Amino acid sequence: MLDVSGIAGITLYEPGALTLVAKAGTPLAEAEAVLRAEGQRLAFEPADWRGLLGTSGVPTLGGMVAANASGPRRVQAGACRDALLGVRFVDGTGAVVKNGGRVMKNVTGYDLVKLMAGSWGTLGVLSEVSLKVLPVPETSATLVIGGLDGVAAVAAMTEALVSPYDVTGAAHGPEGTLIRIEGFAQSVAYRAAELAGRLARFGTVEVERDPMLVAGLWRGVRDVAAFHGVAGDVWRLSVKPSEAPGLVARSGARQVVYDWGGGLVWLLMPEGQDLRASLGPFAGHATLIRASEETRARIQAFQPEPPAVAALSQGLRQRFDPKGIFNPGLMG
Amino acid sequence: MEMPAPDARVMALKSEIVAGLRAVLPADAVIDDPTETRAYECDALSAYRCPPLAAILPRSTAEVAAALKLCHDFGVPVVPRGSGTSLAGGALPTADSVILGVARMNRVLEVDYSNRLIRVEAGRTNLSVTGAVEADGFFYAPDPSSQLACAIAGNIAMNSGGAHCLKYGVTTNNLLGVTMVLMDGSVVEIGGAHMDAGGLDLLGVICGSEGQLGVVTEATLRILPRPEGARPVLIGFNANEVAGACVADIIKAGVLPVAIEFMDRPCIRACEDFARAGYPDCEALLIIEVEGAEAEIDEQLGLIRQIAMRHDPVEFRESGSEEESKKIWLGRKSAFGAMGQINDYMCLDGTIPVSALPFVLKRIGEMSRDYGLGVANVFHAGDGNMHPLILYNANKPGDLELCEAFGADILKLCVEVGGCLTGEHGVGIEKRDLMGVQYDAVDMEAQMRVKDVFDPKWLLNPAKVFPLAASAGRRDG
Repeated sequence: MLDVSGIAGITLYEPGALTLVAKAGTPLAEAEAVLRAEGQRLAFEPADWRGLLGTSGVPTLGGMVAANASGPRRVQAGACRDALLGVRFVDGTGAVVKNGGRVMKNVTGYDLVKLMAGSWGTLGVLSEVSLKVLPVPETSATLVIGGLDGVAAVAAMTEALVSPYDVTGAAHGPEGTLIRIEGFAQSVAYRAAELAGRLARFGTVEVERDPMLVAGLWRGVRDVAAFHGVAGDVWRLSVKPSEAPGLVARSGARQVVYDWGGGLVWLLMPEGQDLRASLGPFAGHATLIRASEETRARIQAFQPEPPAVAALSQGLRQRFDPKGIFNPGLMG
Repeated sequence: MEMPAPDARVMALKSEIVAGLRAVLPADAVIDDPTETRAYECDALSAYRCPPLAAILPRSTAEVAAALKLCHDFGVPVVPRGSGTSLAGGALPTADSVILGVARMNRVLEVDYSNRLIRVEAGRTNLSVTGAVEADGFFYAPDPSSQLACAIAGNIAMNSGGAHCLKYGVTTNNLLGVTMVLMDGSVVEIGGAHMDAGGLDLLGVICGSEGQLGVVTEATLRILPRPEGARPVLIGFNANEVAGACVADIIKAGVLPVAIEFMDRPCIRACEDFARAGYPDCEALLIIEVEGAEAEIDEQLGLIRQIAMRHDPVEFRESGSEEESKKIWLGRKSAFGAMGQINDYMCLDGTIPVSALPFVLKRIGEMSRDYGLGVANVFHAGDGNMHPLILYNANKPGDLELCEAFGADILKLCVEVGGCLTGEHGVGIEKRDLMGVQYDAVDMEAQMRVKDVFDPKWLLNPAKVFPLAASAGRRDG
């Protein structure tokens, strides 16, 4: 166990340049508080998985990057990897490597920044990250449609996402089908009205404007609150949105939450059941997020890759971690 | 700028290699006549030229795979080429290399509005991707200024940006998947229609790898619904510092325009003389564009006006019509042409933290006097991507070298203040020998390991990106 929480602290924050540089062990909450004081935030809405996993501990920026943790706003603002501008890490040979930097446009050499995002610590130990941040908008509102099934919900979310109204969240779960818009007050009012009109054919559209309630709805989607404390395995499915309802239908899931307009599906599955076996071949990937030790020993957490791609991934892991000391076997 | 000497073994095998290529490709896809290969001797960095051994123009992934396998077996270097618009020499051949042009692979394979994506062959031009979907109200966001000509293949290789990436991101943020042929001829599918990687983010490292990891033949791209409208405003200031402060205040206030363009006095003058766009005579000019419905645009421009007024602008001109919008953009869009009328120029591409803008502009002015070469600055101010244009005389012996030395000094300055050598053009050969300014040997070693995995024999575009001394052992291996 290598604990990097001691490598912490914000190195540089320039609100006017929309950039934050911090040591990898910096608590996410600390970074978010510093940003909030300047009216800014991490736009990709990183989740807090403690409730979902039943863990304690302090989420850090490094952990967030290693998991490429990206919440509902991924559909509009991009993922964690899209906001990640630079990294410093120690590879398996002990070499300290830096890549990228702290500016928003940088194509100097290979983009190892993206490679490190979502590598789950298998290529190196992150020591510093730089991130693009964005202003917190003045207002946000959420359109809520109740009573839709998965097919209708994905259709409604698609209708919203192909509109010019700059939707920053499209999810479907126990709270209904949710469409979020953010921005300056007049603009939000205008877009909410236009979208409500477009979505009227799907059912009654309520518009939630209370800031606390809107934030709560999206925190619930982001952290998959529906599955907190509920027995069952948790899987995460990343697919073409239009294919999501069909896959869910043959998954055997007890309960699902759709995010990213249907591109991301959280499934609560009977314990020990292999979702990939239930689905058969499909385009996209399924990741096992929560299960017993026994199940995790039997079912690989990450979707097996086709042999040619697996050879490339394996080759990269071998080059960055020749002795296989970082999370061995985690990603393949 | 030096390129490796051609491999005598490969040169001696030319007729066998060409015959082999003819055996696996249609007759019209293989070019080896020296008068015809000359068309591929350079890209948009035309100061450097070298005709290739041969050029091939395959029409399918299968043909690319067959040709690469053959070149791999012969040990022939291959230089992938999109439309040849690289300003960094990314598609410059060596005499012992085969140019692989993807220009004939330009079909749209699938348009899927429900899932907001388009799948195209990689030789398709950037602008024609938008062209395929704009009638239905969609667009492809990255908009490099060469978008009429440049290919998606080259955009992916260089991770190209454009004027509107402040809001929409660059190529890597809009790329969902690729079909790619590795140097040994094997075909891999990376990514697809879904929004994140299931394992390591290979797509992330392929994008921007300058054609050194594989030849991308098909791409799945994110398309976006077009906003209802857009309107620019032009703001003139009497000092660069003030314009820079205004940009920072706008961003801090929570307005996120789609574009913030900056021009300094030499650039304003040249554009005005050339395009007569009616620009004010001032030190610094901002063109800021916002998007949305009429009411939304009014709201955002109202805020921008409030902020700008605090900085005492010499001019604040909001477009009142489509005609006026065009006029505001006219000067900026003709900037490169305007400079070209005056002189030969070299276009740089460093990025700096936005806060360093006034200092960097001041230093560039001082260096300009020291070198005795004029310079004009165009700048994507929102994201810090600078395009200093250094003026020189190509017919004057020594002027190109002087200009290159000046350019190198500017790029070193960009790195010193916390920025980078290239924001959107790529390293190619142009900035190859400066890589050590930004990255030390360990950093470059980590990058070169990635190429070791994808292209163990180092045959794809081998003499680019990394200083020759750094890659020598691998290239000769």
